[in-house]
Amino acid sequence: MRALTWHGKHDVRVDTVDDPEILNPRDAIIKITSTAICGSDLHLYDGYIPTMKAGDILGHEFMGEVVEIGSGSTLKKGQRVVVPFTIACGSCYHCGKQQFSACDNGNPADNQDIAQEVYGHPMSGLFGYSHMTGGYAGGQAEYVRVPFSDVGPIVIPDGIDDDKVLFLSDILPTGWQAAEFAQIEPGDTVAVWGCGPVGLFAVQSAFLMGAERVIAIDHFPHRLELARKFGAETINFEESQTYEALMEMTGGIGPDACIDSVGLEAHGMFFDNIVDQIKASTFLGTDRTHSIRQAIIACRKGGRVSMPAVYGGFVDKFPLGAFMEKGLTLKTGQTHVQRYLPGLLNAIMEDKIDTTFLISHRMGLEDAPKGYEMFKNHQNEVTKVVLKPGQTFAA
Amino acid sequence: MTISQDDAPLTTMKKGDTAEAATHTGVEPKGDTLFARSVTINRPHDELFAYWRDFTNLPSFMDNVERIDVLDDRRTHWVVKAPAGRTVEWDAIITEETPGEMIAWASAEGAEIANSGRIDFRDAGSRGTVVTATINYDPPGGTIGKVIAKLFQREPAVQARRDLRRFKQLMETGEIATSSWTIAQRDAESDREHN
Repeated sequence: MRALTWHGKHDVRVDTVDDPEILNPRDAIIKITSTAICGSDLHLYDGYIPTMKAGDILGHEFMGEVVEIGSGSTLKKGQRVVVPFTIACGSCYHCGKQQFSACDNGNPADNQDIAQEVYGHPMSGLFGYSHMTGGYAGGQAEYVRVPFSDVGPIVIPDGIDDDKVLFLSDILPTGWQAAEFAQIEPGDTVAVWGCGPVGLFAVQSAFLMGAERVIAIDHFPHRLELARKFGAETINFEESQTYEALMEMTGGIGPDACIDSVGLEAHGMFFDNIVDQIKASTFLGTDRTHSIRQAIIACRKGGRVSMPAVYGGFVDKFPLGAFMEKGLTLKTGQTHVQRYLPGLLNAIMEDKIDTTFLISHRMGLEDAPKGYEMFKNHQNEVTKVVLKPGQTFAA
Repeated sequence: MTISQDDAPLTTMKKGDTAEAATHTGVEPKGDTLFARSVTINRPHDELFAYWRDFTNLPSFMDNVERIDVLDDRRTHWVVKAPAGRTVEWDAIITEETPGEMIAWASAEGAEIANSGRIDFRDAGSRGTVVTATINYDPPGGTIGKVIAKLFQREPAVQARRDLRRFKQLMETGEIATSSWTIAQRDAESDREHN
């Protein structure tokens, strides 16, 4: 089959590799019909995530048709499914508590060592996202092997277009969980850092959960325009001072809840960010974290901070004093995708959540390297690239 | 007195007399390396004990155990992969057993690597069972042998941790997780580990 493979920083290629096979009873093989490039794939593309190996197949947002099943799968050939990016067994203690991204068994035993050393505990496996999270082949390919196919994938009713449901695989539940973790109460003002796909879904989710106001922060005018369409007020941090603006817009109180959906590659020419960039390029520290610092400083006393953004390593200058003195609560984590799928599929079918607005570019699989390059360098216009294996598109 | 005064398991002590610690842990002293690994498995302890007590099951999740021959009810013969394509063999004898709860063993005279240990299955209520493997052994070639084994990822403490994770996967999910995507890859992966 053809698959998008990682070979190093800013070097991804479409190669011919072996077709996947059923290896365990609960496996299924999916023929990919739609697969997206995620903002977090850019962290791999930019070489920020350790434990990648040349030839790794990327992609963790995908859906397709079931073409083969193991004896323990509950899927049927021909069904259309969306696959969660988190690989969870459904039978361990954490899955029982619906903490699917903390699954004990989704990550192969040998790969768990790395995360155990670095984080103290291994987390669930993830598709196409380095060997620390399992080394699983991803879905930017013609086919993919899906473990625990009786637990993860959600079957999509006929007649619903791929583009409406594809984002159930990651970014929609991630934005939803971000808003849920912000513990929004009716009348709340919620600030969202980053108007990428997760931030934009967090904006929609926050309103659905009863937020009175949402303030979206970014520097790409087109992305801020998308947030405004969903009813958010906006701050362009290149034109306005974010902290001062948030304080004035909330009558000096500060947002009740702050959501950081920017993560470890925060943009912007801030002093701490520049220091972080120098450190990142010299391996002195790995995460650039302006957005989470600002969220903690801006958040009202006793407020909540939710952090769906991906961080991988260590930071300094974390405003621990502000966090403690103001009595904030921080909730974070990889998304427990499986927990949210039925409810979010319903919300899509009832037109409560719009997903297709996000897709700016559709391409064939062979054009995937171009898709990465565009997504990386033109973030204002390129909000989401969806690859359609087996289809070709006019340039 | 070398035994520590706190409530932490003796196998986590920073320094002390290994033989004395082993004895206190319920293991027959066999060498200067003692460690324990615990894992909580979301299954009843009787079921886990029964699977483990059939020693022919163990190679299904113990990656470096080539085979185990059951000689009689108390005696087994182990063939275990060692670094550089070698194997080491020994006879193990069950020294104590409580059905559903615990098995203790020690290697017989003449073992290539003298070792002893116990596996405990403690009921953990709604969490299932806490399985603890406690192992005492005499590393071949002393400290240098241990360093070499570690280089080849065949250090017993690392192996035990991975084996217990695979045991948990098998008992909780019915299968052992792999990120290979072809049968050939999975076979090559296990060959690489064993050379």
